[in-house]
Amino acid sequence: MWLVHFWAAVIAFAILMYVVLDGFDLGVGILFGTQTSEQHRTTMMGAIAPFWDGNETWLVLVAAGLFATFPMVYAIFLPAFYLPVALMLLAIIFRGVAFEFRERSTTMRPVWDWGFILGSLIIAFVQGTAIGAMVQELPVVDGRYAGGAFEWLTPFAIFCGIGAVLGYALHGAAWLVLKTDGELRDWAYQRLPWLLGGVVVVLVIVFVYALATGLHVFDRWVSHPLLLILPLLAAAAMVGLVHGIRQRRDGQPFAMAVLSVVFSFLTLVASFWPYMIPYTVTVEDAASPPQSLAFFFWGGGLVVFPIILIYTAAVFWIFRGKVGKIAQGYGT
Amino acid sequence: MSLDPLILSRIQFGFTISWHIIFPSFTIGLAAWLATMEGMSLATGNPVYRRLFDFWVKIFAVSFGMGVVTGIVMAFQFGTNWSVLAAHSGSIQGPLLGYETLTAFILEATFLGVMLLGRDRVSPGVYFFACCMVSIGTLSSSFWILANNSWMQVPLGGQTVDGKFVPSDWTTIITNSVFLRRWPHMLLAAFLTTSMCVSAAGAWYVLRGIHRSEARSMMHWGMGLAAVLIPVQLLVGHLTGRYVVEHQPSKIAAIEARWHDEKPASEVIIGWPDEEKRENLFAITLPPPWGSLVDSGSTTAAEVGFASIPRENWPPVAIPFFTFRIMVGMGLLILAVSWFGNWLRFRGRLETTRWFLWCAFLAFPTGFVAIIAGWVTAEVGRQPWIVYGVLRTADAVTPSLTGPEALATLLGYVIVYAFIYGFGFSYIYRLLREGPTEAGVRHAPATGNRPMQAAGSAETATGRAAAAE
Ligand code: HDD
Ligand code: HEM
Ligand code: HEM
Repeated sequence: MWLVHFWAAVIAFAILMYVVLDGFDLGVGILFGTQTSEQHRTTMMGAIAPFWDGNETWLVLVAAGLFATFPMVYAIFLPAFYLPVALMLLAIIFRGVAFEFRERSTTMRPVWDWGFILGSLIIAFVQGTAIGAMVQELPVVDGRYAGGAFEWLTPFAIFCGIGAVLGYALHGAAWLVLKTDGELRDWAYQRLPWLLGGVVVVLVIVFVYALATGLHVFDRWVSHPLLLILPLLAAAAMVGLVHGIRQRRDGQPFAMAVLSVVFSFLTLVASFWPYMIPYTVTVEDAASPPQSLAFFFWGGGLVVFPIILIYTAAVFWIFRGKVGKIAQGYGT
Repeated sequence: MSLDPLILSRIQFGFTISWHIIFPSFTIGLAAWLATMEGMSLATGNPVYRRLFDFWVKIFAVSFGMGVVTGIVMAFQFGTNWSVLAAHSGSIQGPLLGYETLTAFILEATFLGVMLLGRDRVSPGVYFFACCMVSIGTLSSSFWILANNSWMQVPLGGQTVDGKFVPSDWTTIITNSVFLRRWPHMLLAAFLTTSMCVSAAGAWYVLRGIHRSEARSMMHWGMGLAAVLIPVQLLVGHLTGRYVVEHQPSKIAAIEARWHDEKPASEVIIGWPDEEKRENLFAITLPPPWGSLVDSGSTTAAEVGFASIPRENWPPVAIPFFTFRIMVGMGLLILAVSWFGNWLRFRGRLETTRWFLWCAFLAFPTGFVAIIAGWVTAEVGRQPWIVYGVLRTADAVTPSLTGPEALATLLGYVIVYAFIYGFGFSYIYRLLREGPTEAGVRHAPATGNRPMQAAGSAETATGRAAAAE
């Protein structure tokens, strides 16, 4: 049914939007921990302040969207990751209030700063481990999660978690290059190559591990070699990133980072398709009844979703430009 | 004693939602009020409106932030702790929550950035538009979440096929008479809560002899609005009660502590419902037909008591019984404070009647208390059903969830919430104590790119407050 595929595409798109958007502000949060100058820290906060809340809401959209259109996935995924999800939610709480609380107190500021840093780290890490655990397949019986509390905690998944932390930090550094100038931008430029190197190393190890242990994902690549174009495009984007760093074109690293996220994500989607919980629950198995999909489609998919994209873009436009200059204001 | 994941999950859900609702109750009204202030300021150019806006928007920023983070927790709990519910009713609850996200959360979150940080980046018209969007977002959010909860209270518009709910009529699901009474009841509750807080802040400044013109304006708006809305709320509350009578006999029996079928029925005003003895101790009771009159608007109607409801379908009786009375009591308090306050105001004695100013100040929590009590009535009264008459709470809990896991997350939430709420409340308190100062107002626009520009002046506020001690 086309509606099922439409919604699968929307969910995939929402996840991608989430990773691209919240990825940079989580990354800035991670880098915040390695920045000691109070002034730069404030600028870093300023570079994400108008956006982070909207960015994070894409995660809520993913959760609610899954609940609406693929309730079975929602009801398997969350129990399977019960403890890490709770940890992530607590991290989201700390991180979310840190934005406001750190401005309100000088004595408590270190606490909120740490909440912001650790919160960002934990969120990134948990998301990475979840992907790793999904690749290794979850035990599902009769459409219900049938494993224990720590099924997800494998060396491979932990490694993927570290990869996500590095990846988000890379994304955040690229955002800082785009949005700041002077010393802070130089600082971010210096971090880019190291982070990129780290991400590449993790990817290579993950790849070799998947090959060595004969993970299910691998069959997919063997049977559909054409799909290899996707990881190649991701690699090309990373080369573009390096080029951007060399030429010091402030916009290029972020654009290339976005592209590499997009292609890496598509690589993952291609390895899972048509499964939503690999390799037990397919898109069709998990879908809501047609009445629900249609109800959500005519209002939500057709009308509201495009409007959201427009105003999200509008807000990024309103807050365009380097952070330092935002204070003076344009136009008005 | 073994750890029961069901009980722990229920405690966890009740705990997290009760703390969450505190902020929506406040921000729904505050967002609308801020949009009104901004509009008034644009229309009249009167600087008081701008000062009020710049002051309350700081409090809004903190409250909204806490509403958002605790709400995100809620959005995941249906899956983590109630996965059977999620799998069975995702086809109905999912789209409703999905619409909430699409039409409310993204709208709020996106335009909140403009509202808090964008004053110098957009024209006044666009800024006003952003304020309106945030307010519309909060209203829309309450629409969908109440539609969702109303469906869980009275599952209309679909049927169960193979243990899964399949919707057949979405119009019924989002426009049935149950929902159409409960949504206004909740919205009015939110507006009343904000009104009482705003007028309490005003009373507090008058008592302390500071910020006179803003304080007057706050009391004017807050008490005026409360006085108008409270009679409407009492009426809508009564209509909400009528749906309970029609659809949820076990809940109304608990609210009324009615043990036997009566025709016509009596009305227990207050007492101690004893489930073992199946009677009310120390009861003050109005004779028949008062109970029938209150519940069904007739002097002869028969009312159902627990005797004709199977024991396994009883909710805990005492909890809804008392929380309902607390809610109604708060409503009567709001009525008394707002009407007497307005009477004083028309006689020109409001600002000199100190004992009353104290009452108005101390009345700030009435709305919150009523809202939590109301929700506990609705939710505990619905037990043992999670979807009334269709799915039991005990059958809805995640099968793979173990006691230790549930305990770990419950403790995590309790500890983190205690910490976060402790500081959140203290920051809000400090902002309120400081009030709409000149420094705060002048400071704000100058720091366009600071995180939470609105909070910018709080730094001075807290700094100064600390220095003053
Ligand atoms: C009548 C109002 C009401 C009620 C009963 C609830 N909420 Fe809520 N919620 C709101 C009214 C609201 C709001 C006004 O829209 C909030 C509060 C303040 C805010 O920041 O937005 C919000 C925030 C909020 C958010 C964050 C939105 C964002 O990212 O911007 C989520 C995910 C939820 N809620 C989810 C829930 C769930 C799953 C609930 C029930 C189990 C729930 N809320 C009860
Ligand atoms: C916002 C105000 C709300 C408050 C204060 C509230 C309060 C509570 C409480 C105290 C319980 C525990 C009842 C018991 O276990 O005996 C509960 C249960 C529950 N409520 Fe609510 N509720 C609110 C709104 C909602 C909404 C909007 C929904 C659905 C969209 C909802 C869904 C549930 C569910 C699924 C449970 C089951 C868990 C359980 O029975 O313990 N609640 N609620
Ligand atoms: C005479 C006064 C009132 C009556 C008769 C009344 C009636 C009711 C009833 C019967 C319920 C339970 C509905 C259900 O089980 O679903 C309820 C719930 C509720 N009440 Fe009231 N109420 C009154 C006043 C108030 C006031 C003053 C407030 C707040 C300021 C308030 C806020 C709430 C809330 C938030 C709920 C839970 C949401 C809901 O179930 O609709 N009520 N009320």
